[in-house]
Amino acid sequence: MKTDIILCGVGGQGILSIATIIGKAAMNENLYIKQAEVHGMSQRGGDVQSNLRISSDPIASDLIPMGGADVIISMEPMEALRYLPYLKKDGWIITSSAPFINIQKYPDLQDIEKELSSIKNVTSIDIEKLAKDNGVPRSANVILLGAAQHALGIEYEIIEDAIRQVFGHKGDAIVEANIKALSLGKNAK
Amino acid sequence: MEKQLLLGDEAIALGALHAGLSGVYAYPGTPSTEITEFIQANTLAKERGVHSRWCTNEKTAMEAALGMSFMGKRALVCMKHVGLNVCADPFVNSAMTGVNGGLVVLVADDPSMHSSQDEQDSRFYGKFAMIPTFEPSSQQEAYDMMEEAFDYSEKQCLPVLMRVTTRMAHSRAVVNVKDEPRKENEKNYNAVSSNWVLLPANARRRNDIVTAQQAQLEEDAAHSKYNSLSPALAEGKAKLGIIASGIAYNYVSECLPDSKFPILKISQYPLPKQLVRKLLEGCDKVLIAEEGQPFIEEQVRGVFESHNIGGRLTGELPRTGELTPDCVGRAINMATNSTLFTLQSSHEESKIVASRPPQLCQGCGHRDVYTALNEVLKEYDNPRVFGDIGCYTLGFLPPYKAIHSCVDMGASITMAKGAADAGQWPAVAIIGDSTFTHSGMTGLLDAVNENADITVIISDNLTTAMTGGQDSAGTNKFEAICRGLGVPEEHLHVVVPLPKNMEEITQTIRNEINYHGVSVIIPRRECIQTFRRHAKEKKAQS
Repeated sequence: MKTDIILCGVGGQGILSIATIIGKAAMNENLYIKQAEVHGMSQRGGDVQSNLRISSDPIASDLIPMGGADVIISMEPMEALRYLPYLKKDGWIITSSAPFINIQKYPDLQDIEKELSSIKNVTSIDIEKLAKDNGVPRSANVILLGAAQHALGIEYEIIEDAIRQVFGHKGDAIVEANIKALSLGKNAK
Repeated sequence: MEKQLLLGDEAIALGALHAGLSGVYAYPGTPSTEITEFIQANTLAKERGVHSRWCTNEKTAMEAALGMSFMGKRALVCMKHVGLNVCADPFVNSAMTGVNGGLVVLVADDPSMHSSQDEQDSRFYGKFAMIPTFEPSSQQEAYDMMEEAFDYSEKQCLPVLMRVTTRMAHSRAVVNVKDEPRKENEKNYNAVSSNWVLLPANARRRNDIVTAQQAQLEEDAAHSKYNSLSPALAEGKAKLGIIASGIAYNYVSECLPDSKFPILKISQYPLPKQLVRKLLEGCDKVLIAEEGQPFIEEQVRGVFESHNIGGRLTGELPRTGELTPDCVGRAINMATNSTLFTLQSSHEESKIVASRPPQLCQGCGHRDVYTALNEVLKEYDNPRVFGDIGCYTLGFLPPYKAIHSCVDMGASITMAKGAADAGQWPAVAIIGDSTFTHSGMTGLLDAVNENADITVIISDNLTTAMTGGQDSAGTNKFEAICRGLGVPEEHLHVVVPLPKNMEEITQTIRNEINYHGVSVIIPRRECIQTFRRHAKEKKAQS
């Protein structure tokens, strides 16, 4: 198997914790992993992305070539569009529908929705609302992960186990909240 | 063997610890910061008491590491590429002294300037200083190379420069790590003073020795397991050969997974010319892919002028910026006049996506400083504000548009002084606390000695914020430092940058601009990011 994933959003939205969970799951599956992250200046409210590649065979490049991404997981709808040239023809976009507006020239949300809907495989979810409504306000990013699981090539239960490992040291309540968030994402349409 | 998912920086740190490291010396700088942070948090390092506290700047770091090496122990110095400029003096001279305990200088270059002012390539420094240079192409190699770098440093009695780039430093991969870390070196007194005292007579002798040593270093590079030619040259000439160094090797492998073309991978320098010659003689054309400036390409062109060579200097690859699998793929297509690399976009670039530059955090004290400064400077004709390196450089962007220069660590104060010398008034310097102790103090002494007509704002957020909140060397010492340097008490002020204090802050700035001599204003409030982190830690403890 081989899955190339672009994780994106705005600095501070927590894309790296999604990457940590997928990375842990991939480690448990004995897969090869490469994950290029963004540190430094752009983390201050700028656009951030991470290239995450998992494969049963060795991976050469840390970066995903254009047109190579199987899935874009985005914490923000405009940010999902930023990486379109990297998406495979039938690749998936899993995105939060809630805009993060910290710039003056943010485009019209309807234009963003229109462009997103022109792409074949898109799941757009108001993860913040879903998280709040279901009593897991701090796990919105894991909802997004749940919605993306089908496109990752890793079994649902393996991701669940990874969540237990990643959040284990923070106590049972936080583990359970994230397991619940994962399932909310899986069932969200 | 244990498998761990590690950032390149973390693999380097763990490799150094497992190689018997006794001390890491560093000043934070993207993309090198995580090396020292990893060692600070590591259990083995704590058990062994490995030195890992941040240094004031790269020069103090380099010199302290040299001192540890002098005593026979293994030391690591880490910095970003421009940090090597700061410690260039001890770095270059460390080849003249040689080393006792192994000394590795780790420099993380930042091509494409994700968080930097230039994209200088540190391999030139290695060549210039006659210091052997390693350049890992994977996280596993970074881990493995660390021990070899220390061994090689001790064998050759020279420091080793290890050069990585952003994509290596900040990319994770699974790394097999050793079960048994090597012991630390014992302290010894083997350092010979006639090598370490660089009086001209000693230095000349050492210079001859190190110069003569270069042939051996090149021979070692030719036989290094990290420099390899694969697949082997066949009978007759190949249409194309490729030289790929460091992380560029991965992009070549991505584009040509089962390459029929011979690829010479370079990860150890001096450039082994015998391997290059072999490749060139067996190929009609050679493409050179390297992350950074055309370091190999220029050398190869110099020696093998008549050959058909492609790379950054001929337009196959972009002249500047980071490589990507795409630009390497295009270069291979161009060089072979084919479409070997086929992956392409099937989705067009979105036309509505807006750029989202980084910005100062909501609630950041620098915001209040700029609000106050802009408010006051409206009252003057042609004020000039000399900025410096840190989060507050973002004050250049809207809505503040508050600074007119940002060059290198500490340049705010000295440039303001030079501008004042040229007749500029008001000349304001704005510098962060950590940048001030890094390279601002000496400039302030120059200004005090001439009572230059400048106003210095040390925007103190009690941390090194831009790189993620590392300890700042001067915390709680700034008033004392300024007094010690001779700033008069009546022109040294501390304010708290909050909207409610705006009147006091603006009045202080106005008064000090109107005073025609050196004054220092210290707006002091904790960085909002470290404040939140500390609050969280407190909550977790209680």
